[in-house]
Order: sequence, then structure tokens, then C-alpha cells
Amino acid sequence: MDQDLKTELSKHGIFATTFEELYNWGRKNSVWPLTFGLACCAIEMIATTMARYDLARFGAEVFRPSPRQADLMIVSGTVTKKMAPQVVRLYNQMPEPKYVIAMGACAISGGPFRDGYNVLKGIDRFIPVDVHIPGCPPRPEALIHAFMALQDQISAQQLTGESRPRHLKRELPSEFPVPEFGEHGLEPPQNDEVFHNPLKVLQG
Amino acid sequence: MTLDEIRARLLAGIPGSQVEMVVNGSPSEQNSLLVDRQHGLKAALLLRDQIQLDYCSNVTAVDWPDREKTDKVKTKQIVDGVEKEIEQTIKTMVPGYLEVVYHLFSMVKKTGPVVLRMRTANRTDDVALPSLTPVWRSAEFQEREAFDLFGIVFEGHPDLRRILMWEGFTDHPMRKDYVPPPEDELELLGEQ
Repeated sequence: MDQDLKTELSKHGIFATTFEELYNWGRKNSVWPLTFGLACCAIEMIATTMARYDLARFGAEVFRPSPRQADLMIVSGTVTKKMAPQVVRLYNQMPEPKYVIAMGACAISGGPFRDGYNVLKGIDRFIPVDVHIPGCPPRPEALIHAFMALQDQISAQQLTGESRPRHLKRELPSEFPVPEFGEHGLEPPQNDEVFHNPLKVLQG
Repeated sequence: MTLDEIRARLLAGIPGSQVEMVVNGSPSEQNSLLVDRQHGLKAALLLRDQIQLDYCSNVTAVDWPDREKTDKVKTKQIVDGVEKEIEQTIKTMVPGYLEVVYHLFSMVKKTGPVVLRMRTANRTDDVALPSLTPVWRSAEFQEREAFDLFGIVFEGHPDLRRILMWEGFTDHPMRKDYVPPPEDELELLGEQ
């Protein structure tokens, strides 16, 4: 619908919208995160939900302890290689549409533990991440900003057409392979369908 | 009780044992006792029962890789009929070993720490040491950690499994020659 016409109509007390906008408006204001903390970032995430920062203002106060009832995974903290299969499995168990916020330096890249032997170098190697937040840990304001960025992404999603999101495309997967424990590390070390390997991007 | 006295008690109490003093040259002067692994368990029992070191607060390990030792030796050789003193450098390989370190305290006497060390024969096939978990129960998880990350096999341990890495993992990440799997794209980019 034409934006100018909509503004003009609203001046005359007529509210016009589309089904898509109404649908996304409802979805973005009722995102239920998974109760799920991995390390120190989880403390900031908890602080975000409490009275001082109050994530409830954005409709995300209901943290669900079951992945079947959640649609947002906040990966808050260091993902060790031993924990990574469980994180992917939890993501697979969430119903569509589902979103992921990678919170903090560890979750987006391995952070200070990147050179270690036991930490995954970013959860985006195995599951698609919608918003990355840097910081060690990010402040609650940063998480709220990431949440608002996610809300913007949700409200911009089109329900039909080629640019519709992943969960509305039947041929795209909603579950991703769970890595297995190998002799030297995770097998495979990353999911190439999800992870944009900078080496491969440069080599074309 | 000084460390020298403890060493004398160990040598007197366990016939045939070898107990060395490992000197720490730093200002803290925290010297330690190196016990041969054949008598490690007996030495631990003596330390607990007779010297009342009843609490083991910490178990850790050190990896000492093979190293090259250079010695300068002065020899007398006859060069052109004249005896001369020639300095030669001789390089010898010193085989590496794995070393386990116990920090012992006495809750009764309120003293400590006494640092106890044991060394394996080498770093590859003879890596067994006696487990001191039967003596100090608090050593159990930390000996498992040393087994996991350094590959020291503790004989007599009640439950020797990996504790941090998963079963099926074959490396020992805290060893000096450990190389992590090549999965860091940014590092690989830097090499190209």
C-alpha cells in the first residue's frame, strides 16, 4: 500500500494496514526467548529481563524453559565444543519461525578463547544467526538494541514472494545437522551451508 | 618441619627410595620434593600419616618436552706439536618427561604447602604414575584432569576417565607439542 496514501488517510481518522503488517506487528511484539544461558553473558541477559532494564517493554518477558515453546534463542556466552551439539539440538527442537541472537564475543567468534582447543569459534558455524552483538559481556542496552534490531527484521519480513524468510521456503531446512564428537574436534568443524567461510568467500 | 627434615624422614622411612629437592630460585623459594614413582604411594602415605599432611589442595601437571642441552667442555689437544686448550660445545638431547605436582597442607598443624612431584619415564609410552587418590580423596578429579589434558596414566585410580574433553578424543591439549585442528579461517587467511 502506498505510504503517502496511508498517511493521508490517517489524517482523516482512517487507519489502513495490510494483513502482512498486522501479522508481523503481532509477531514482533510477542517473541518468547528460550531460558538458556551458557556463561557470564547470561548474567547480563538475566539483568536485561529484570526490572531495571525490563525486556518486558518489548514483549519478550516470557522466557520458556522448553524449546518447543520458544522462538528466540539467545546464545549468551561461550559455546564449548562439548556443548555445541546440545545447542544445535535445542535449536532444531524449536518450532518455526525461530530466531537466534548471538550475544557476546564468545558466541560470535570464540572471543578470548578463540585460540583454545575447546571453544567453538562462533555459533554461526552451525546455526543461522540473525543478530550478532559484540561485547564482553555486552551491556543490557546492547541486548535490547539487538532485540529491537530483530524486531525490525521481523516487521520487514514479507510473507509471499521470493524474498520471504527461510521458514516460509519449503525447500530450505529448518533443522541443521548436529555435529558429532570426533577424535580431534567436532565433526564436521562447521556446517558449510550455514557458515560463510571467509576463506571460501575470498576465493570465490 | 622444614623440607629438608621431611626429605630425611622419607629417606629413612622408605628404604630404597630416591627423594630429591627441586630448588625454586625465585624469591618465594618454594622448593619441592621429587619422589621416584616406584615409591610415590608409600611416600604419600608417610606424608599423610606421620607428617600429618592430611589435605591435598591441588594436583596439576607440567609437560617437559625433549630439549637440547649444550655443554662447553675444555679439552687439551695437541695441535702442531703444541698442547692447546680447546673449548668444545657438546650438544646432547635430554629426553622429556611429564611431571605431576601435588600441593599438600596440614589442617592439624596448620602448615603448608609441601609440594610433592613425581615424573614419568618419558612422554610417549611409559607415562604411568601411581595414583594418590587412595591417599587423598581430593586428588580424584584433578588426577582425571591431568590424565585428560596431559595423558598421564594414574595406576590405582578408582575411575580414570576423561573429565573435560569427551570420550573418543585422542589428543592431550595441554602438552607443549599439541596442535589444534586447522579450523580458524582468519589464521589460515593470514598464512596465505
